Amino acid sequence: MDNNSKSIAYVRTQESPTMAPPVSTGGVVGWLKENLFATPRDTVLTILTFLFLLWIVPPVVDWAFISAVWVGESREDCLAPGTGACWAFVEAKFGQFMYGRYPLEERWRVNLSGLLLIAGLVPIAIPSVPYKRENALYLLVAFPILAFILLTGQLGLEPVETPLWGGLLVTLVVAIVGIVVSFPLGILLALGRRSEMPIVKMFCIIFIEFWRGVPLITVLFMSSVMLPLFLPDGVSFDKLLRALIGVALFSSAYMAEVIRGGLQAIPKGQYEAANAMALTFWQGTRLVIMPQALKLVIPGIVNTFIGLFKDTSLVLIIGLFDLLGIVQQNMTDPNWISPATPATGFVFAAFVFFIFCFSMSRYSAYMERRLDTGHKR
Amino acid sequence: MAHQEGVPAGADDSGRVSLMNDPKARGLVFQALLIIAVIAMVYLGVSNAVANLARAGIASGFGFFSDRAGFDIGQTIIPYTNDSTYLRAFFVGLLNTMVVAVIGIFFATIIGFIVGLARLSKNYLVQKFATVYVETLRNIPLLLQLLFWYKAVLSILPSPREAARETGVEVAFSINNRGLYLPRVIAEDGSSLIFYALAVAIVAWFVIGRWAKKRQIDTGQQFPVFLTGLALVIVLPTLVFFVTGRPLSLEYASLQGFNMVGGWIIQPEFMALLLGLSLYTASFIAEIVRAGILAVSHGQTEAAFALGIRPNLTSRLVIVPQAMRVIIPPLTSQFLNLTKNSSLAVAIGYPDLVSVFGGTVLNQTGQAVEVISITMLVYLALSLMTSAFMNWFNSSVALVER
Amino acid sequence: MNKKILSAVVGAAAVAGMGATVASAATLDDVKAKGFVQCGVSTGLAGFSAPNDAGDWSGIDVDLCRGIAAAVFGDAKAVKFSPLSAKERFTALQSGEIDVLSRNTTWTMSRDTQLGLNFAGVNYYDGQGFMVRKSLGVNSALQLSGASVCVQTGTTTELNLTDYFKANGMTYNPVVFEKLEEVNAAYDANRCDVYTTDQSGLYSIRLGLSAPDEHIVLPEVISKEPLGPAVRQGDDQWFSIVKWVHFAMLNAEEMGVTSANADEMLNSTDPNVMRLLGKEGAFGEAIGVSNDWAYQVIKQVGNYGEVFERNVGATTPLAIARGVNALWTKGGLQYAPPLR
Repeated sequence: MDNNSKSIAYVRTQESPTMAPPVSTGGVVGWLKENLFATPRDTVLTILTFLFLLWIVPPVVDWAFISAVWVGESREDCLAPGTGACWAFVEAKFGQFMYGRYPLEERWRVNLSGLLLIAGLVPIAIPSVPYKRENALYLLVAFPILAFILLTGQLGLEPVETPLWGGLLVTLVVAIVGIVVSFPLGILLALGRRSEMPIVKMFCIIFIEFWRGVPLITVLFMSSVMLPLFLPDGVSFDKLLRALIGVALFSSAYMAEVIRGGLQAIPKGQYEAANAMALTFWQGTRLVIMPQALKLVIPGIVNTFIGLFKDTSLVLIIGLFDLLGIVQQNMTDPNWISPATPATGFVFAAFVFFIFCFSMSRYSAYMERRLDTGHKR
Repeated sequence: MAHQEGVPAGADDSGRVSLMNDPKARGLVFQALLIIAVIAMVYLGVSNAVANLARAGIASGFGFFSDRAGFDIGQTIIPYTNDSTYLRAFFVGLLNTMVVAVIGIFFATIIGFIVGLARLSKNYLVQKFATVYVETLRNIPLLLQLLFWYKAVLSILPSPREAARETGVEVAFSINNRGLYLPRVIAEDGSSLIFYALAVAIVAWFVIGRWAKKRQIDTGQQFPVFLTGLALVIVLPTLVFFVTGRPLSLEYASLQGFNMVGGWIIQPEFMALLLGLSLYTASFIAEIVRAGILAVSHGQTEAAFALGIRPNLTSRLVIVPQAMRVIIPPLTSQFLNLTKNSSLAVAIGYPDLVSVFGGTVLNQTGQAVEVISITMLVYLALSLMTSAFMNWFNSSVALVER
Repeated sequence: MNKKILSAVVGAAAVAGMGATVASAATLDDVKAKGFVQCGVSTGLAGFSAPNDAGDWSGIDVDLCRGIAAAVFGDAKAVKFSPLSAKERFTALQSGEIDVLSRNTTWTMSRDTQLGLNFAGVNYYDGQGFMVRKSLGVNSALQLSGASVCVQTGTTTELNLTDYFKANGMTYNPVVFEKLEEVNAAYDANRCDVYTTDQSGLYSIRLGLSAPDEHIVLPEVISKEPLGPAVRQGDDQWFSIVKWVHFAMLNAEEMGVTSANADEMLNSTDPNVMRLLGKEGAFGEAIGVSNDWAYQVIKQVGNYGEVFERNVGATTPLAIARGVNALWTKGGLQYAPPLR
């Protein structure tokens, strides 16, 4: 290969060295140019957003951290002018925010119930852990019974009245009971709505559309002031139980629609295949249709749960003390009342709700991506 | 549940299926049982309620509607005094609910579209800001947000005395913790002509639009419809206003004693509720808008560019109409949610239906069954009406399939 | 589907005993069977019924319930409290969820006749008043025209307010809330110029404001608010028990029997005291409780005067004077029929 020696002088014989990209497209400047100042409109938007952030972020940081009161005994510590958040208030009332007025010496039972719940939730949330069916049974049947025994105090444990329950405990109890009850109910309603028996179908449609069409607050009013009148003479329910009934009916209608979505996504061939295998309706549903449909709607169920979890805060309007309710009640404690207390309480409650809802919505998005792999366009 | 059974194990070859295993017969029996069960339950509930009410000596029926209400309401759209009937109080509450729902839907949609587009923006700061907005507001209960906004609105705004400083001086605009005070338009004789002029202008705008579209299809020439229409809507009523001798006047608010008097008042409860509802619902609408736009395949944009359509027009004529088909059904349920969520007004003292009727009227009459049933049915009717309207609207933008 | 859930829930709850209770017609039998009195109280009004951080209730209304428990069981602790909102209180009583409603509830004719309730007496004579900021410079309710008024819904207060302003030709802007805490918060945030409720309530609420000293309660009392315990109609025995527990506390004060000297008084030869403490006659048996019922009430809870002083009297932060709530012998309205 001696061609090289005869080559024309002005033809390059080697690759030229790579030059650095122009300053305007690389490094910090390039990033800024591309992401913040690409067009005049972008520049204006960037400046406006930046000014807005400048207006909002420093005071918030100052309020929440720099001027905040971290330790204190009473309102006196949070009264100074220019004081930011009164975190001492949250610190002093933390037990109440979590457990309500649940007796101090019995709070281990709440903690144990929480641990039992986590023990069931973690393995079911991780897709690769086996024994999903047993796990689901534990969560839907065994755990509620155990938690019921522990929390109310059955089998020789010191009974604890539900009016003493409060805080995050009530929030979680309402949300979890709502979801656990609404799950089987939602399946039945969804099957009923797709049934070919006209009367069953009609009842299910009416039931679902009714509960979906009314606000939860009216449902709670109904269960707190109207339901007692519909019960036989002398039978009465605990206030918390009544709220639970309302929440369960309400959420089962939403759950039914989520599950129906899953049922509709199952190709007709699956139904036909089940029939061809001589499976009865319930066998086919249990062994062929539901496992596929439920898997598809996991994100939907999680989203319903997030909605329900947020909606539990409404029980404060009927006088139950969920997390928000107990925070609001403690704001009026004469020992802690100060200009900073309400905002601190609200921010704390918002933070707790946010942690729960945000992590659940991340999980739901993760499952959505995981389940969606086959259908990407 | 009408599926085909396999051949039952016990069936002989006579071809007859025992009644137990005939899906049709079983279906009928099952449905009959269901009807009986539901009727029995309704009967049980109603008879319990009747017995309980009778035993306790509680009044029942709807006669209370014509009684004198005897209480006042903070915000009334239709004339109402404490001498009005409970029925009128009911309508005051209903209208207040509808007002906050309609205005809330308006703002939520606008904010939602802006934030949704911002989440797709290539501008880093704008996009991140929109993401934080959506993630924060979506994950905090609305009730908490409403309480927060109410508290915030009240604590930021000054008291009327601080805001106005001088008694009796009329101001065009004042915002204090008793509300937002704006001039009120007072119609005098002959003012109706102005509204007719406005209506005529709007009709004319519509007609010109139709004509311009037809002309563009026929000849390809465009016509500045928007500008012409806007000019019509502004100029025509103004002209009539001066011609008829200025029959409209403005009433201003001024500080009298404790409060500002006169003018047009927007209560802080309304502001907080509107703010909370719009911002919260907007975070959901933003996600719907984003998903809708992402659902339009990129090929559509490329095709539009290939035809030489400018980017702005591409969005308006190609992307958005297709995205709307994906957006509208979930948007409908957000509108319904907003309407239902407006019932949380009860927590911050805005006199909506639940607060006035399901609260005060229920407390004054003690007739829980009647009042709560009516409240629920009203919301149900509102929901069904909204979804009927949106279904109609949806069918008008839906893909016409062959 | 609906039925399945309901019956399942009813069944499960009844079996497990989670708050679902089945009451018989006679409240006393039912109370004795379950072993405690279920008493409906407010969600928190200092001096009348308010819980502390540990969940222990105190107040005038609470002490009446403890008195009933002492009369029935000889144990003032055999009582459980259900905090109720203004809206829920009547349904809770009508439906049998509670045995007695002792929740600063005004006795009115319509409540007495149309809601299926019987008021068993008046344990606090109250009247509606107004509270304003001192900085407004108002010293009479007649200067309140044009003011924004914070008021709780579901109370007689709301109607009295309307009537008072109407009668005096004044206008106002109502700002109405469902819960007491919300009214307090709104007034504290200066959403309104005026807070109106029962005067006793105003004193109690003022304690919970961020600057109690900056507010005054105006002198005008614009309504009669006789507050008292209520029971269901149609159970005369239980009605009598509640009524006479209150009367026994009044009679005890009149006779000078207190929780401190109740044991000494057992040796008293005064026939009135002997009847009261169950040494003579069988007054307790007549209403279905033991004969030392009133002794137990006084010993464990105290007489009316003690209860008043302990919860709202001069030594408490509320510092309310006896006023019309003094005994009739001292110029007040509290008057009990004789125990004989």
